[in-house]
Amino acid sequence: MPDLAELWSPVRLTLILATVTTLVLLVVSTPIAWWLARSSARWKEAVAAVVALPLVLPPTVLGFYLLILLGPEGPGGWLAALGGARSLAFTFTGLVIGSVVYSLPFVVQPIRNAFEAIGDRPLEVAATLRAGPWDTFWTVAVPLARRGFLTGAVLGFAHTMGEFGMILMIGGNIPGETRVLSIAIYDYVETLRWAEAHVLAGGMVVFAFAVILAMLVLEKRIGRARP
Amino acid sequence: MNILIGLVRGAALSLALVAAATVTAAAEVRVAVAANFADPAKEIGAAFETATEHRVVFSFASTGQLFIQIAAGAPFDVFLAADRERPARAVADGLGDPDHRFTYARGRLALFSREPGLVTGPDVLERDDIGRLAIANPQTAPYGAAAIQVLVGLGQFDRYEDRLVRGTSIAQTYQFVATGNARLGFVAVSQIAGNDDGSRWPVPESLHDPIAQDAVLLSAAADREAALSFLDFLKDPRTAAILATYGYAPGG
Repeated sequence: MPDLAELWSPVRLTLILATVTTLVLLVVSTPIAWWLARSSARWKEAVAAVVALPLVLPPTVLGFYLLILLGPEGPGGWLAALGGARSLAFTFTGLVIGSVVYSLPFVVQPIRNAFEAIGDRPLEVAATLRAGPWDTFWTVAVPLARRGFLTGAVLGFAHTMGEFGMILMIGGNIPGETRVLSIAIYDYVETLRWAEAHVLAGGMVVFAFAVILAMLVLEKRIGRARP
Repeated sequence: MNILIGLVRGAALSLALVAAATVTAAAEVRVAVAANFADPAKEIGAAFETATEHRVVFSFASTGQLFIQIAAGAPFDVFLAADRERPARAVADGLGDPDHRFTYARGRLALFSREPGLVTGPDVLERDDIGRLAIANPQTAPYGAAAIQVLVGLGQFDRYEDRLVRGTSIAQTYQFVATGNARLGFVAVSQIAGNDDGSRWPVPESLHDPIAQDAVLLSAAADREAALSFLDFLKDPRTAAILATYGYAPGG
């Protein structure tokens, strides 16, 4: 029988990482998505392409660059120096930064689509009713785009839960800090502890199914109950 | 007429024999090699191809991944692992030949930093400004297990226990140190043998169990003779010379 306390630590860490990452992603993605949806700048698709890069790049490319950018010669190292460390690699903060970059397109895209689907009309109506842009954004645009927010949040969360290659390269496998679920599974398979690997891997399959199912059901409900 | 048939038969038979002889003489040896041994393996393979008629095809992956592939029926003739455990297990599982399992090389450990002059000996571990220390994962990589033994032997384990970063492989451990994300780390001599960058302390082998890398003939070998001649070549002085340039000690 596998030691459950030992198995729980990476699960807990991964849940925290996915939660923090999702919150940061929502904050970062919303203005980007709004700008991509509303701007008429000609180069906005170039920005959209940059945001979408992690969809195409292998995690090893991100991991390799992050290892350098988080290190003593990159911006991560300067930030780390403020806290007296030499690198943001091997830290929880480093993992959050990496995960945000890695999952950004999964959150930006659905929110952008939702903003675009609103169209000009509701916003113009709000303006004629003397609502300021800030007010319009929060009371009209965000509620109307909530389906996009939900999809983005769920995809960002789920994608972070399943992240592997990039974390393998920048994490350093520190128990309780960077040894996430996928790394723990990899270790168990490598060390031939397949009983533990089965518990965690099976758990991931069930989790992934539950997330996708929940999202499909929720989306339908929200779709029906449009304001 | 009978003579003619006899002649034809004889010719056919000798043709078949010649064909069979060429097949055994110039066979292909498929070798699964631990990724950290890739460079010396290629050089040993080239020397082997020059010395014999055979050809060598290498597949590189981590020892654990290769073992899993072999267990799943991957078509390899020889397994060059980076540890002793996986070849032993291959034999125990009936995947390897117990009579043809031996240590072909011993890895050497070095304490390494990319800062010149930092590492002059084990004393560097007593400094207060080292931060995180990179090692290979002791559970999966023999270099990591050896690093732990060295830390314990030097009385430094408690000091670093909470500050270890573990690379999945010794290759990754080297990346951590080479990029400066970790200031100091235990890497393989083979990774730094080719240059004089940074500073290093080659750890005496007396401070840890041998980092033995075992080879085994696989039961699934398509051509045993060719595979065995490759295994023999691993004990050849020419192999020992190549090992030395890559920072490995000879096996045996």
